[in-house]
Amino acid sequence: MIGIEHYLTVGAILFVLGVLGIFLNRKNVIVILMAVELILLAVNLNLVAFSAFLNDLTGQVFAMLVLTVAAAEAAIGLAILVIYFRTRGSIAVDDINRMKG
Amino acid sequence: MIQAIAFYFFATIVVASAVMVVMARNPVHSVLWLILAFFNAAGLMVLLGAEFIAMLLVIVYVGAVAVLFLFVVMMLDIDFAEMRAGFSRNAPLGLLIAAVLLAELLLAVGAYNAGGLSLGKAAGDAVQAADTSNIEALGALLYGRYIVLFEIAGIILLVAMIGAIVLTFQPPKAGARARQDVGKQIRRRPEDATVMKNPEVGQGIEL
Repeated sequence: MIGIEHYLTVGAILFVLGVLGIFLNRKNVIVILMAVELILLAVNLNLVAFSAFLNDLTGQVFAMLVLTVAAAEAAIGLAILVIYFRTRGSIAVDDINRMKG
Repeated sequence: MIQAIAFYFFATIVVASAVMVVMARNPVHSVLWLILAFFNAAGLMVLLGAEFIAMLLVIVYVGAVAVLFLFVVMMLDIDFAEMRAGFSRNAPLGLLIAAVLLAELLLAVGAYNAGGLSLGKAAGDAVQAADTSNIEALGALLYGRYIVLFEIAGIILLVAMIGAIVLTFQPPKAGARARQDVGKQIRRRPEDATVMKNPEVGQGIEL
């Protein structure tokens, strides 16, 4: 029988793969954004799993909010990427320090 | 039984395609693997009984976000080989941190399995009744108790949309060729614009 721990394990593995992706592709900001999407997917999976096994729909409402924020983040991130590419001609993120922040 | 088979099927493909997202040489392939991962995660959510979230995942992630990624990857002219330069150098640290994190997360699941924890009881006021569908129950909740959350989600999307447009919008340059001059168009007469020619056969025409 498939219990909640099966889903939590899948979520954990997905989360770790997302973190690993950020580390492995430090230069390629597009893949970093995709890794962030993977992390958010893992979070959503956990929320929905708990929601289903607790029989409480609040988790699914929250998963929807996470989905919204993920979509907004992807749109803004890619827009920033496009204007960065326009001014620099590359998307190498390891030398984004122009603002000296 | 069939549930277990479906779960392991979806879970295996999700994890495998997530690995490929991270490892693929070409970001276009990464996006396509990401789409596969989202589809199978949607399958997992259907297994959990969350049909609405599953459909939302397919529509929002596959239909909008992944296509947006695909557009940007293909629009930007990037040397992807150069992007991979630090891959093997970063790999040991990344793998170490990933291993530690995975051990911690699985430890938590193991502790939960050992019976040290038990799921608390749900508050009971957001329970899906047996005779309502998931979408119906979620809709009642979303338009009732969580209406403010719903409105905030809308505002977040509006801000993101305006932000993306403002960031990428380029106003047309003053002397750009594509500018339309309505007065010039109206002043133009047919006799300035067209001429009658009667060319010899095989001679061509000079304008």
